[in-house]
Amino acid sequence: MADASPRFHVPAPPFRPGDEPDFQFLKLPKAGEAKRPDPGVAAAETRELALGLVGVLDHNHQAVGEWDPKLSAEILREGLGHMVLTRIYDDRMLKLQRQGKMSFYMKSTGEEAVAVAAAMALDKKDMVFPSYRQQGILFARGRNIVDMMCHCISNSRDNLKGRQLPVHYTWKDGAFFTISGNLGTQFPQAVGYAMACAYKGDGQVTASWIGDGTTAEGDFHGALTLASTYRAPVILNVVNNQWAISTYQGIALGDAPTFASKGLGYGVASIRVDGNDFLAVYAATKWAHERAAAGEGATLLELFTYRGDAHSTSDDPSKYRPKTEYGVWPLGDPIERLKQHLIGQGEWDEKRHAKLEEEMTKLVVKSYKEAESYGTLHDGPLSPTESIFEDVYAEQDWRLKRQRRDLGV
Amino acid sequence: MAVKNMIQALNDAMDVLLTNDPDVVIFGEDAGYFGGVFKTTDTLQGKHGADRVFDTPINEAAIAAMAVGMAARGLKPIAEIQFADYIFPAIDQIVSEMSRIRYRSAGQFTSGCVVRTPWGGGIRGGQTHSMSPEAFFTHVPGVKVVVPSTPYDAKGLLIASLESGDPVIFFEPKRIYNGPYDGVPDKPLLSWAKHPKGEVPDGHYTVKLGEADVVREGEACTVVTYGTLVHVAEAACEASGIDAEIIDLRTLVPYDIETIARSVNKTGRVVVAHEAPRTSGFGAELAAQIQEECFYALEAPVYRLTGWDTPYPHAHEWAYFPTRDRMVRAMKTVTEAV
Ligand SMILES: Cc1ncc(C[n+]2csc(CCOP(=O)(O)OP(=O)(O)O)c2C)c(N)n1
Repeated sequence: MADASPRFHVPAPPFRPGDEPDFQFLKLPKAGEAKRPDPGVAAAETRELALGLVGVLDHNHQAVGEWDPKLSAEILREGLGHMVLTRIYDDRMLKLQRQGKMSFYMKSTGEEAVAVAAAMALDKKDMVFPSYRQQGILFARGRNIVDMMCHCISNSRDNLKGRQLPVHYTWKDGAFFTISGNLGTQFPQAVGYAMACAYKGDGQVTASWIGDGTTAEGDFHGALTLASTYRAPVILNVVNNQWAISTYQGIALGDAPTFASKGLGYGVASIRVDGNDFLAVYAATKWAHERAAAGEGATLLELFTYRGDAHSTSDDPSKYRPKTEYGVWPLGDPIERLKQHLIGQGEWDEKRHAKLEEEMTKLVVKSYKEAESYGTLHDGPLSPTESIFEDVYAEQDWRLKRQRRDLGV
Repeated sequence: MAVKNMIQALNDAMDVLLTNDPDVVIFGEDAGYFGGVFKTTDTLQGKHGADRVFDTPINEAAIAAMAVGMAARGLKPIAEIQFADYIFPAIDQIVSEMSRIRYRSAGQFTSGCVVRTPWGGGIRGGQTHSMSPEAFFTHVPGVKVVVPSTPYDAKGLLIASLESGDPVIFFEPKRIYNGPYDGVPDKPLLSWAKHPKGEVPDGHYTVKLGEADVVREGEACTVVTYGTLVHVAEAACEASGIDAEIIDLRTLVPYDIETIARSVNKTGRVVVAHEAPRTSGFGAELAAQIQEECFYALEAPVYRLTGWDTPYPHAHEWAYFPTRDRMVRAMKTVTEAV
């Protein structure tokens, strides 16, 4: 015990560039192992789920265990379609950003199931408070791709009048709240929204998403406190994609065993889910939805996944993690896993998949051409310049009227 | 019509709002069962129910965020921050979120709500219960800032604030919660009963946001101020015999430049006054705008009477607070300038 003095401790990721990544140490529970309690269970009874990992698709791509949501092939094909479209859209938009057509972009490569499966498990009218990495929700909810692109290139048809960074979508008709660039702010807002739904008695459930890094923000803790206090019908999702820009998840996690386990202390039902397993994400979201709709309160879901590509167009992941890390990620690729599952069921094949990809690519290319016809950030036309003075208040006061005149618009 | 103090008038305003509109909800630390540490929400929970007037965890950011989320769903929240000093934990939710939801969603979502908070010094509150942080919020596009100085205005402005559909930071000058104060250290409060604006009509009425009140007409100089210092300025006129025109802004965002300019063009001499520190205080905005608007009418430099650029002290409170004597000196400085 001679050396038992406290040492300043800074956690470090298991691998850095140059290392040979190997995730053997993760000891992830197997698909099908987790029990599925009644959604009305007391929050404290979810301890094992918070420390474990709910998975449905096993390594042979078979659906196993109590959490299997037993979805029809039709629904699964629909989910696959949305995920494929999300990935193709992201890839295309990145290219366009590289060509100078967009100021900025953020992909969701590798974590498409998190958004798509959740959106499909929710009711379409349930309000969602996403972060910038759940564009999959928009595809699942049928948003017009041209509209999405018009926003990203801030042109004359951008429904946000050129006010937000690309991918910070807003779509009220699709019950999609306005995305903030300030991390985490949407989490307690979603709880407030859920409380208002409960107040109105409309039976709606609200859902929100933040990243693993963002759990360190006060808003995460405020949201859980509110959700627990007022038993709000809300689903609070932490997307643990292992990285917060260059900072690995351990910097936010500390010595906690999982992000899901952080919910237990608040008295919120908490589950860690295989975020690359479409069926598991769907099943866990449905469970949380059922719990919320029954008035039993909130659920914290940790979606265990991996950000396959850069954080945004402004960073280079090879500077902070091994290039091969995503390739050895033990939970695989959500699209590939669902695809193989459907193929195994005789409900899909490589030819149909190739055709799907081809169609989606065509759709994206064609949509971009149309979007560009409404203008681009660089060459215009943009929304009218005077619109910068609109929507600040319900009515324009003398200051804004004068300032508009000063600008000469 | 009953005579009410400001707390009773605010309570009445909230009672009216709750009664008339089922979408109104009120919450804050100790705001529910106990009725607020200043008793502003007293009896409202008993009358309207615990799902309409309720206690919150001590997390100002969460309180503000709750208001944002609720407003997005169509409720009309009135959130209480127990002291204006404690609005800073909520700053991000107010500055980056509440203020901008309408703008960044291009009008698809709005966050109309009122954040009420007891404000200012003069109650021996030390540096954590005396702040006047209004200038921070006047710098934020998308929020309105309101400061009443009488029970009548407090009720009418609070109702107008919630009905405006915009987020409003509503600062309540706690020094005059129970009666007007004439700025003489340690002198007791006066009674609202002798103040014409202590008469508060029953039921619903509004005082329009953005319109200042000329509380005293005069020729010698103009005093532009708000909150507690409106009363200090009135007392200063009485004590000194200086015939000042006193403008109570009532709304800081948007402020009533027309009324200010009309008065300054008449008097040519101005004192802008507030309790908050001087540097980048709201007085700086007023002084700049006045010189831009009324430069050729000015016969003396605009005088800023303010708190000092220090935190608000406890033992030396009266050295900090802009008292009646300092107000008189300010008026003399501008009226005697040649
Ligand atoms: C309040 C705030 N602080 C910092 C940033 C800058 N920033 C943008 S994204 C990011 C990392 C977020 O990581 P995580 O929460 O894990 O989400 P992910 O991007 O991995 O989905 C940071 C630090 C910000 N946008 N907002």
